[in-house]
Amino acid sequence: MNRLSGLLQLITGDAQADRVVPPTGFTARLTLFASAAMAFLTVFALALSLATGRLAENWSSALAHSSTIRVSAPEGQVEAQVLAVMDVLETTPGIADARVLTDDEQRRLLEPWFGPDLPLDTLPVPRLIEVTETAEGYDAAGLRARLAGEAPGAVLDDHTRWREPLVRAADRLRMLGLVSILLIAATTAVMITLAASAALAANAQVIRVLRLVGARDAYIARAFVRRYTLRALTGAAVGTALGMVAILLLPKADATGTFLTGLGFQGPGWLWPLTIPPLAAVVAFAATRRAAFATLRERS
Amino acid sequence: MIEFEDVTYGYGGAPLLADVSLRLAPGSFHFLTGPSGAGKTTLLKLCYGELIASQGRVTLFGQDARTMTRDDVAMMRRRIGVVHQDQQFLDHLSVVENLSLPLTVSGRTTPQGDLEELIRWVGLENQAQAHPPELSGGERQRAALARAIVMSPEVILADEPTGNVDWEMSLRLLKLMVELNKMGKTIMIATHDLNLIRSAKQQVQARVLRISNHRLQLAGADL
Ligand SMILES: Nc1ncnc2c1ncn2[C@@H]1O[C@H](COP(=O)(O)OP(=O)(O)O)[C@@H](O)[C@H]1O
Ligand SMILES: [Mg+2]
Repeated sequence: MNRLSGLLQLITGDAQADRVVPPTGFTARLTLFASAAMAFLTVFALALSLATGRLAENWSSALAHSSTIRVSAPEGQVEAQVLAVMDVLETTPGIADARVLTDDEQRRLLEPWFGPDLPLDTLPVPRLIEVTETAEGYDAAGLRARLAGEAPGAVLDDHTRWREPLVRAADRLRMLGLVSILLIAATTAVMITLAASAALAANAQVIRVLRLVGARDAYIARAFVRRYTLRALTGAAVGTALGMVAILLLPKADATGTFLTGLGFQGPGWLWPLTIPPLAAVVAFAATRRAAFATLRERS
Repeated sequence: MIEFEDVTYGYGGAPLLADVSLRLAPGSFHFLTGPSGAGKTTLLKLCYGELIASQGRVTLFGQDARTMTRDDVAMMRRRIGVVHQDQQFLDHLSVVENLSLPLTVSGRTTPQGDLEELIRWVGLENQAQAHPPELSGGERQRAALARAIVMSPEVILADEPTGNVDWEMSLRLLKLMVELNKMGKTIMIATHDLNLIRSAKQQVQARVLRISNHRLQLAGADL
């Protein structure tokens, strides 16, 4: 709360207080550049996080609508069991469509593992039935129970087993995006701390004079904090704007989009990057304040 | 206002000042003398909290200097005007901005008229917009004096205020100090210039303290 009012007071400013510390040439440009670069990177990390978030959602909903039934039985019984399964599926609520994969389709599925000339009919390869469910879905446990009765060789694979790793990967990717944003924020804090410390060191004599005429630490710190906060804000605004333009210029694909072309912001997602400059200012404010008070305390 | 009780101070090694006792009463006028390197500047620094006594007690406006926080020191300095031996200006600010620096850092303002009067009083009306490096030795000393009194402090400490100026300018600065004392300010001037002290004694009731062999003594009439 205290810090917040300090921040507001800082933005409204005190021109006279600003003048008591001479302009700090290269650290000023350094801070501007670093904030701009970091904001630019943050835009991409943010875009990555939002895109993977969308991807995880799409995957979990798209995959959830299909499943497979695997029928393996001794020679001669396979066909009978497949028919039994199809009968069961026909009378199961929530199943939109069921289809036995043809030999060709099965061969294609197995090709990557066993090569193109697989003699399917001489091998005890299970038959596969592709099941598409309706939006409401079916009761997997109920279906399994009925299958066990009617066709003991049938196994329902409702994809959760391999859907989950994909969704987990997308979630992990989003986490990494968020971690990147935190790392960028921390790096920004470190760079601004270094720049502010260099400026404080370069102005040791000015600080000495200010203390001799009765300036309190808070006053001296404010002169530096204000400067670095405004610079970080300006730099981050420029970097964010450039980052957003770069995202805007990414090639577009059709509505479904693949991962790479789906990287842009969508709808209200465009508001997220607008939080980057104020957050950069807050980071700069806290970092400079800490650096200033630490320097002033150790140089008493 | 400023009181030393058996104060000892040394920069690491042997004590530079030993068992110094001193009391600056309101409205008093003191000279602090002694050979170069005797510890005059050091003693003044103890008076405005720049240094803290190794032993003994320094009391500034009723507060023990050892117990003062950094903010307390800042507040105390607004009540003591110091003319530093090396003046200490901010070269990127104009003379008038330097003079009003104590006001600026304490968030105070003073009527423009008062500031102009102060600048006229020290005779810097033509240098007000100049920058400190452009000033002559005497002008710097007068600017330093003006900055020391801009907050209307109760105590004025001046460290070799006539250090690099000719005799005529020394007398002019002394006259300003005497005027301030007549207005009720407590003054202490550190100087090794005995002629200045003699000249002052004809204008004002002044006590002369001398640092000799690390001790502070009251100098006799033999000056
Ligand atoms: N910061 C310091 N560190 C170590 N020694 C110092 C420091 N300041 C002054 N001295 C030494 O203390 C002695 C007294 O200095 P000072 O108080 O400036 O004397 P004066 O003002 O009487 O000429 C000198 O020998 C000086 O070298
Ligand atoms: Mg000295």
